[in-house]
Amino acid sequence: MNIHTSRRQILKGTGSLVVSFSLAGPIGEALAQGAAAPKPVALTEVDSFLAIDAKGFVTVYSGKVDLGTGVRTALMQIVADELDVPMNNVNLIEGDTATTPAQGTTWGSLTIQAGGVQLRNAAAAARIALLEEASKRLSVKPAVLKVTNGVVSAGGKRVSYGEMIGGKTFSLKVDHAKPPQSKDPKDFKLVGKSVPRVDIPGKMTGTFTYIHDFRVPGMLHARVMRPPAIGAKLQSVDETSIKNIPGAKVVKEGDFLAVVAESEWNAIRGARLLKTSWSKSETLPVQAKLWEHIRGTKIAKDEEYGKVGNSAEALAKGAKKLSATYDFAIHTHGSIGPSCAVAEFKDGKLTSWSASQATHNLCTQLAKMLGLTPENVRCVYLEGAGCYGRNGHEDAAADAALLAKATGKPVRVQWSRADEHGWDPKGPPTLIDLRASIDEAGNVTAWEHESWIPQQTPNGFLVPLVAASLTGLPADEHIAPGNIFQNSAIGYKFPNTKSVCHRLETTPFRPSWIRTPGRMQNTYANECFLDELAAATNSDPIEFRLKYLDPADKRGIEVLQRLIALAKWEKRASPRKNVSGNIVKGRGMSYVKYELVRTYIGTVCDVEVNRTTGEIRVPKFYLVHDCGQIINPDGLKNQLEGNVIQTLSRTLIEEVKFDRAQVTSLDWETYPILTFPQVPDIVMDLIDRPSEKPWGAGEPAAAVIPSAISNAVFDAIGVRVRSVPFTPEKVKAAMKGAA
Amino acid sequence: MAISKSLNVNGKQVSIQIDDPEMPLLYALRDNLALKGPRFGCGLEQCGACTVHIDGKPVRSCVKKLSDIKAGQRVVTLEGLGTPQNLHRVQRAFIEEQAAQCGYCITGMIMEAAALLERNPAPTDTQIKQALQYNLCKCGTHARIVRAVKRAARYA
Repeated sequence: MNIHTSRRQILKGTGSLVVSFSLAGPIGEALAQGAAAPKPVALTEVDSFLAIDAKGFVTVYSGKVDLGTGVRTALMQIVADELDVPMNNVNLIEGDTATTPAQGTTWGSLTIQAGGVQLRNAAAAARIALLEEASKRLSVKPAVLKVTNGVVSAGGKRVSYGEMIGGKTFSLKVDHAKPPQSKDPKDFKLVGKSVPRVDIPGKMTGTFTYIHDFRVPGMLHARVMRPPAIGAKLQSVDETSIKNIPGAKVVKEGDFLAVVAESEWNAIRGARLLKTSWSKSETLPVQAKLWEHIRGTKIAKDEEYGKVGNSAEALAKGAKKLSATYDFAIHTHGSIGPSCAVAEFKDGKLTSWSASQATHNLCTQLAKMLGLTPENVRCVYLEGAGCYGRNGHEDAAADAALLAKATGKPVRVQWSRADEHGWDPKGPPTLIDLRASIDEAGNVTAWEHESWIPQQTPNGFLVPLVAASLTGLPADEHIAPGNIFQNSAIGYKFPNTKSVCHRLETTPFRPSWIRTPGRMQNTYANECFLDELAAATNSDPIEFRLKYLDPADKRGIEVLQRLIALAKWEKRASPRKNVSGNIVKGRGMSYVKYELVRTYIGTVCDVEVNRTTGEIRVPKFYLVHDCGQIINPDGLKNQLEGNVIQTLSRTLIEEVKFDRAQVTSLDWETYPILTFPQVPDIVMDLIDRPSEKPWGAGEPAAAVIPSAISNAVFDAIGVRVRSVPFTPEKVKAAMKGAA
Repeated sequence: MAISKSLNVNGKQVSIQIDDPEMPLLYALRDNLALKGPRFGCGLEQCGACTVHIDGKPVRSCVKKLSDIKAGQRVVTLEGLGTPQNLHRVQRAFIEEQAAQCGYCITGMIMEAAALLERNPAPTDTQIKQALQYNLCKCGTHARIVRAVKRAARYA
C-alpha cells in the first residue's frame, strides 16, 4: 500500500497542508502474538521509547495512545523534530504492554503534556548521543555538526543515524526529572506546524484497521447477554431455544452469559433468541428523586480544597448573601462504535487486543480476574471509536478473555448498542451548592462550594470489570470516578473561600470518568455562580473576573483581554435590557485555568432562547486558548471544535434515563445527542507560546461550555438554568418560577 | 444449512455462503467479504455508520436484509467509492479538510454526502446539515464535515 505517494499528489493541488507523511507503519508486526522482541520498557531507558534501524527509520514506543484525537501525529512530530528526521521515517507503536513503557492512562489531556514530553526527552538524549558519536567518527566538534533528515554532517563529511546506531541499542538512561537539553524552539521544523494526520487517509478509504476490524484465525464471535436488571441473578437458561442456529453455543459462568458462534450473525441471533429467566432486582433510586437521594447518601469522607480565611464567619457577616444549587446529569460515553475486543489464550498466556485507554492497568485487572501473573498477559491497543474516558472497552476485553478461556479458542466480543448504553460505566450525578456574600461596597467577601460526588477509593483507578463482577471471579471493588474534585476550588482571589467535596460511599451506577470529569461539573457551577455575583453587583462579567484574578497571572488576564477583542464584547451587566419578541438573544462567557495550574481557556457564546417552547439554540462560540507550546495547530483546532460541540450536546440534551432496575435509555432515540442542524459556528484565537511547556489541550475547552451557555441564557431571559441538561421543559419551568 | 447468495459489490459479482437469508447486509460485507468501510454502530438504523449505496442511494446496511436485495442491484461501500490511489472527490475533500477525529462515523458521512452531491451538486450549508442530520458523530467533527462536503461540491 503506497498511500503517501497518492496523498502527496493530492496535496500538490491544494497548498493547504504542509508536510507529507507515511501511514503509521505496518500494523501486523505489533499485532502478531509473541512477535515482539524483548526490549526494555522502563521509563528511564532511551531504548524503551525509540529504536532506529540501519536505514534510519525510527520506531517510537508510546504508552499513551491515540483515542481518536489525532495525537498520534503530534507525538510523531515531536520525535521527528527532535531527531531531525522526516515524518515519513517515523512509525509509532502504541499501548502494547510487551513493548511500550507504562506512561500511564491516556486521560486528562496529558498525552502531549506528560507522554509527549517523555518522548521528547528520550529523543533529545538520543540526539545528543548520536551527535557525540558523529563528532568522534567525523573528527569534528559537536557544536559544528548539522543534522538534516537523519544525516549528521560538518563541512564535506557526513554520517547517518542508521550507520551509527542501526539495529543497535542506545543503552542510555533518560532522567525525566532532569531532562536532557532539547532543541531550541526557534529551530523547530515540524512542531508548531499543521502536519496532516497520518491516520486520516486510511480512515477515509476503509483501509484503516479499528479494533472492530481485527480478526484472528480460528476466532469465534460472541455476544454477551447482560442481566435485565442490575444485580439480577441468572435463574435458568434454555439452551434448546437456539439449537437451530448453526454452531451457536452458550457460555455461562455465574451471572455472566454469552453466546458464541463461528459467524457473527449466528452469535447475534443466538443472543436474541436464547430463552433465559432472571431474578427481579431493583437497586436504583427513583429518577425523579435523584437529587434527594444523592443529598441523602452516606458520606465516606469530606475533602477540603482552596481554603482561605474563614468563609463561614465572613458569610454570616455579609451585607448581601446569595446561594444556589447546581446539578449535572448522569452521562454515558456514547462512543459511536460499541466496545469490542479480541482475546486469545496460547500456552497459558493471554493476549488481549482492545481499544483500552490504559492497557497496563487492564493487564493487571485481567491477570487478577483469571488468576494469571501479569507477565502472562499481554494487552495490545488498537484504536476504537472515539473514546472520551473509561468506557466499555476494558469490560469487553474482560468478556473476551473469559470467553477465550472458556472455549479454548480466540474470541471476538462485540457489544450491542444496548450493551454500550446500558453497561458502560457512567459519568456520575453531581450536585453542588454554592454560597457567597457581598459587602456594602459590592466586593465579594466569602465563597463556599459544597459538592456531593462519589468517593475515589484508595489504590488506584481500576474500574471494576463487569465480567469479574458477574462471574464472582476476583474483582477490583473500587469506586473510581477519577479526580473529580479538580476545579472545585477557584482561582479568584476572594478573601474567604472554601470548597468541600462530600465523597459519597455509593452512587447509582458504576462510575468512571467521561471527558473533563469533575472539572466540567465544578467549573459549570462555579462559573455560573460567579456570573450570579456579577449580576448581583451590576458588573460586567469579564470585568468582574478580571477584578478578582491574580494580577500576577498575566497569561490568564491576556486570555480574557483577547476574548473581549475576539468576541467584540460589549461591556455591560447581565441580563440584557429592553428584551422583546418570542426569540430572545443573549450572550454569556466563562473562563477557567484548568486544575488551577495549566491550560487557560475563555469562551463567549451567543444563544437564542424561544420563550414559548423553552428551546435554547447556540449559534456561535468564541474561544481563546493558551496551552503553551502548540504542537499541531490544526489538530488543536479539531480537538477544540470537538470538545465544544460534544459538550454542547451534553449540556442541552444528554441524560441517562433509568427505572429502579436498570438504564432505560438504551439507544440513540432514548439517549439523543446533538445533530448537524444544531451545530454552532466556532471562532478561535489560539495563543502559541513556543518557549513554554506544551500543556494539555482538548478537555479544558469542555470545562467552560455549560456555564457559558447558562450565563448566556440568563443574559437573554433574566432566568438562571441550574440543571444540566438544559431541556426546554426545565427552561420553561425556570421562567415560570421566576414570573 | 448454508445457502448461497449472489451480490454485486463494488462492481464485482460475488457469491457468499449464509445460514440466514434475513441476515443484514452489513455482516455479509464485513464478515463474508472482509470489507472495513461499513461499520457497526447501532444495528438500529439510528446512527449511519454502516451506510452503503444500493443503486446509488444511501442505505443503512445494518438493517437491510439480504433477502431484500434483488439480483442486479449494485452495492457500493466506502472502498468501492474510491481507493487510496484513486480517491472519490468526497474522500479527497474530507482528507484535505482533515474532517475526522476518531473517524468511525466518517464512512456514513462520506457515503451520505456523495449521494447528496449526486442529487444536489451545489448544496447550501443548511441543505448539507439536513442531509446529514441522521448521521451521528460523538467526537464533534460536524463543522469540518460540512466544510468538507462544500469543498467536494467544488470538485465537481
